[in-house]
Amino acid sequence: MAVTTPPMTAAPELVRQRLQGKKVDAAGLIFRALLLLALLVTMAVLVVLLVEVLTGGWGVFTTRMGEFLTGKLGSSAARSGIAQGLRGTFFIGAFVVALAFPLGVGAAIYLEEYAPKSRFARFVDINIRNLAGVPSVVYGLLGFAIFVKALRFLTGPGSANGATVISAGLTLAILVLPIVIITAAEAIRAVPDSLREAGFGVGATRWEVVRSHVLPYASPGILTGTVLSLARALGEAAPLILVGATTGFLSEGAGYGLSTLQERFTAMPIVIYSWAGRPQPGFASNTAAAIVVLLAVVLLANAAAILLRNRYEKRR
Amino acid sequence: MAPETRTQSQPEKRSEPTAATRVDANRPVAEPRPEDIDPTAVFDLEDLSVYYGSFRAIRNVDMTVCQKQITAFIGPSGCGKTTLLRCFNRMNDLVDIARVEGKVLYHGVNLYDSAVNPVEVRRRIGMVFQKPNPFPKSIYDNIAFGPKVAGVKGDLGEVVERSLRRAALWDEVKDRLKDSAMGLSGGQQQRLCIARALAVDPEVILMDEPCSALDPIATGRIEDLMEEIKSEYTILIVTHNMQQAARVSDRCAFFTAEVNETSDTRTGILVEFDRTEKMFSNPSDERTENYVTGRFG
Repeated sequence: MAVTTPPMTAAPELVRQRLQGKKVDAAGLIFRALLLLALLVTMAVLVVLLVEVLTGGWGVFTTRMGEFLTGKLGSSAARSGIAQGLRGTFFIGAFVVALAFPLGVGAAIYLEEYAPKSRFARFVDINIRNLAGVPSVVYGLLGFAIFVKALRFLTGPGSANGATVISAGLTLAILVLPIVIITAAEAIRAVPDSLREAGFGVGATRWEVVRSHVLPYASPGILTGTVLSLARALGEAAPLILVGATTGFLSEGAGYGLSTLQERFTAMPIVIYSWAGRPQPGFASNTAAAIVVLLAVVLLANAAAILLRNRYEKRR
Repeated sequence: MAPETRTQSQPEKRSEPTAATRVDANRPVAEPRPEDIDPTAVFDLEDLSVYYGSFRAIRNVDMTVCQKQITAFIGPSGCGKTTLLRCFNRMNDLVDIARVEGKVLYHGVNLYDSAVNPVEVRRRIGMVFQKPNPFPKSIYDNIAFGPKVAGVKGDLGEVVERSLRRAALWDEVKDRLKDSAMGLSGGQQQRLCIARALAVDPEVILMDEPCSALDPIATGRIEDLMEEIKSEYTILIVTHNMQQAARVSDRCAFFTAEVNETSDTRTGILVEFDRTEKMFSNPSDERTENYVTGRFG
């Protein structure tokens, strides 16, 4: 309370009334309630999904977890395992990380740092965005035509006839490539120009500025994008069906050796898809357990990325 | 353009002094052969204009910048001072649509010659920016980056210490060289940026409103620092603060913007360029007088 000279007493009273008067902001409250509702619905769906698969697969994990993780596909629900699916998913993830990551980040760096901002660059940019929206089944067809058919001599000259984990890995790497490019380009674009100017100002070349300042600054964003795209690739089933993932006739030569790359393969989403369609009672819980395992794999990849990102952010 | 690398020894066609009358009286009018070049001149601008796309930001600037002096650029906002400053180390190259006409002669070599490597230019002509922009790395790494990319091998501790001492920052940071530069105050960050520029041993330092984001005390420190290092470096500074220009500079250039008849844009021009005392006490141009006395701008 500042000035309280006697003749002014009326004014402070008025101010006090105004300031303390209750006025309900109805529109604001409704808006807030709607936002909260949106959040709750999302969370509820997620929780229901998790509870559903966890309770469904619980029996499998409590009774025969080791056997389930290391066992092979079979006609008996009680003896079926997901080892082959895990192996396929592992190799697909490896292909995505090894191919889509360097190619995508490289393309993004070129687009953002080197390419002149011409009409052609904008055209390329728009097209990459469009590619990211192409349905995955279309990529499956592309993979079938290119990797399974045309490049059969490379991807699987043997009995698998090209329908191998190499074809699947390449197809999914191409599927997520546009997503990697877009997220990496956005992360690079978010690097303040003042940082580049600082680098150029002391006589660094474009490459030195990119390597020493732009990439470290953008790396958390790039990593996040890469992991999101990896998660997408690991969960895709449609393209895998088209490039010939099977749930039978898998070779006995299990393990993670390179020779298995050119043989018939399967992957977790395919295993889940196939089991979900079986009428026998045991397969329902097997399906739920396989879903839990796939979710865990994806979460592990996410956690690894978060750890890496935190390390980079600390160095900022 | 390949054989034209030795611009110095080649008689270049030099544009006649333009109609504009603000040409430095001391400037040699003859061809810029090495023996004719004013030994104290570092830069010679010849009919320099800068465009952003079709928009002309500043036009027909002729001026000579002398060695080991502080040259200040003053003028109202939007008159192209910063644009001009960024021509001195080809920083405008980073803007895709920027285009430069005319010449920026640095010891007789046109910096905009196609044979000139802009990276080498920026090693000799350092820059300090309007907003302090340290790298988000340690104090040590901030200073060491320049020498490293310049190919200096081995322990850079000595270079780091020398640069920080010259920028009057050593005593404040010597115990925390490994800490992030982002933890420094604004004034300290700006002195770090000056130290970073000094670390590559440039001949010239360009300063683009280096104090506009700082409080008066930090500003005072930077001004003292400029006074101290001017015996070794040529400094060009853009400033909005006329008192600052009057305090620190030896020579001062006043720019203004004129409205173009054909479009609703403004193009900067150099009005007057002279010794600072003269600019502030007895300018030749009425526009300068109006500006420095506060009647305009």
